[in-house]
Amino acid sequence: MLAAGWLLFPALLYTSTPQPAQFSHQAHGEAAGLTCDTCHGFTAEGRFAGIPTTESCAGCHSGLLGETESEKHFFANFVEPGREVNWLIYSRQPDNVRFSHARHVQVGKMECAECHGPHGESESLKAFERNRISGYSRDIWGPRMLRVGLKPGQGMKMDDCMACHRDRQVEAGCLGCHR
Amino acid sequence: MNAETVERAPRRYGMVIDLDRCSGCGACMVACSAENNVPPAHPQATERTGITLLRVVQVKDAASRGVAFIPMMCQQCGDDTPCMTVCPQQAVEVDKLTGVVEQMPQRCLGCRYCMTACPFQARFFNWWDPEWPAGMETTLNPGAAPRMRGVVEKCDFCQSRMHAAEDKAAMEGSREFEYTPACVEACPTRAIVFGDLNDPESDVSRQARNSFRFLERLGTGPKVYYRSRRPWLRTLASRVGAPPKKENGNG
Ligand code: HEC
Ligand code: HEC
Ligand code: HEC
Ligand code: HEC
Ligand code: HEC
Repeated sequence: MLAAGWLLFPALLYTSTPQPAQFSHQAHGEAAGLTCDTCHGFTAEGRFAGIPTTESCAGCHSGLLGETESEKHFFANFVEPGREVNWLIYSRQPDNVRFSHARHVQVGKMECAECHGPHGESESLKAFERNRISGYSRDIWGPRMLRVGLKPGQGMKMDDCMACHRDRQVEAGCLGCHR
Repeated sequence: MNAETVERAPRRYGMVIDLDRCSGCGACMVACSAENNVPPAHPQATERTGITLLRVVQVKDAASRGVAFIPMMCQQCGDDTPCMTVCPQQAVEVDKLTGVVEQMPQRCLGCRYCMTACPFQARFFNWWDPEWPAGMETTLNPGAAPRMRGVVEKCDFCQSRMHAAEDKAAMEGSREFEYTPACVEACPTRAIVFGDLNDPESDVSRQARNSFRFLERLGTGPKVYYRSRRPWLRTLASRVGAPPKKENGNG
């Protein structure tokens, strides 16, 4: 009974939505020879540019480059009509959290994988799961209901930010991380 | 990574406001509301129930027929910070890195003890959920999250601007930066000076030496200083909010 409860609970707690398009980081990293910052750069003001626009993809995808269904879907639905893809952001924090990629990546010299796990090498996109109560992405809590043995990229609660900061003797006050 | 690489000299942000320069124009109040995403006042809002993180108060002196305007915001008390000590939720903290009194709406339960404790009436309660006229949401500042109904808020020396300056410095690989709060920037007469009180060479430190604070004798160590050549303003500063009557043993 208990076991069934633990299996059922996540399914009740989260809604699952497929991403609007598929995307393989692996195909773009190795095959296309792109580095992370070509698509995920910073503005001169230090604002993280986030996820690239369709226009920046269209530089290469002005026509079909391969045979895959996922590319055809992307091309027909987004490139041709010139629409933006509303990517669902797995790591999206609540509005009142302030997170600075510039501080961690440019000054702290951290690797993306330290927080995002292997997403930068992934071949396909999993469905996006949203907490029915808070509306937050499941990746904030992480895949394990009891939060034990989480790996990088699996969960980023306040405690997880704090735990790493404690390890590395970083001191951030409430308003360093909140706004 | 070791401790040294992340160490940064703690700052102690403060302000000096020259009351003889303030013309009472209110530009600072407008800039403040825009920066901090304070919504237009609710139709039922009064002076106390509306939100004015920065208020310009008019005061008069009968004897000299003097008039002055006093920009008032959270005075960032550094000693026995009254709002912090009364908060049952630990939603208020004095930041170790900046000296700014942090108010955390996320943790606030809306009891408003802090508002009662604040000698400067610089804290405000959100009586209504924020609402913006159609189209105005697009002009909101992404650096400041809007607050919801039921929580207290106050001036935090424009943390949003500090974050932006920090990010910009980070692009040059640096943790050192300076920034200017919105009210300071907006003031046409340059009546407000802002900076690090820990740096004895800063403008703010130099001007603070020749100034006074409101209700200094309460011993809360405000970090907002005022200047004026008019003696009656100094007297006023020590008097506002009648001093507590002598403690009465009968309760
Ligand atoms: C061709 C452009 C491109 C390149 C190059 C690229 N990305 Fe991405 N990245 C995307 C797109 C599009 C998304 C949105 C879809 C998704 O979630 O994967 C994304 C999303 C992400 C996300 C997920 C954000 C979230 O929480 O939803 C991470 C993490 C990420 N990329 C890391 C990397 C890393 C690390 C590299 C380098 C190894 C990299 N990316 C290279 C285009 C790119
Ligand atoms: C440097 C050029 C380049 C850029 C920029 C680029 N792509 Fe690609 N893309 C490729 C290549 C090369 C392939 C592999 C085609 C094949 O052989 O199937 C590919 C394949 C794909 C595919 C099919 C394989 C998969 O990933 O599932 C999709 C979808 C796709 N790209 C989407 C995007 C999106 C979205 C962007 C913008 C964020 C983008 N691409 C930017 C070169 C690029
Ligand atoms: C895996 C480790 C790690 C995680 C996880 C992490 N950080 Fe950090 N953070 C660091 C390091 C290292 C620095 C110091 C960077 C530097 O200046 O060298 C830092 C610095 C900061 C600072 C600046 C502190 C200061 O001195 O002003 C803030 C704010 C911050 N992080 C917020 C966050 C937030 C919010 C999260 C969670 C969403 C988070 N961090 C998660 C490692 C981490
Ligand atoms: C210290 C942890 C940390 C590191 C290191 C880090 N990220 Fe993130 N990343 C986050 C957090 C937290 C968010 C969510 C930010 C938010 O919602 O405000 C995020 C969000 C994102 C997003 C979503 C888009 C957006 O607009 O925010 C992308 C894409 C991304 N990161 C890519 C990267 C890449 C590429 C790197 C390496 C250059 C990287 N991240 C390094 C923690 C980190
Ligand atoms: C190192 C970064 C960091 C620091 C420092 C930090 N927070 Fe957080 N906090 C977060 C992140 C990230 C979240 C969102 C994820 C979550 O719900 O845990 C969060 C969430 C919260 C929440 C839950 C809000 C909600 O919507 O669920 C509260 C309350 C909160 N923080 C209060 C505080 C207070 C009070 C302080 C100062 C003592 C503080 N935080 C300091 C990163 C931080």
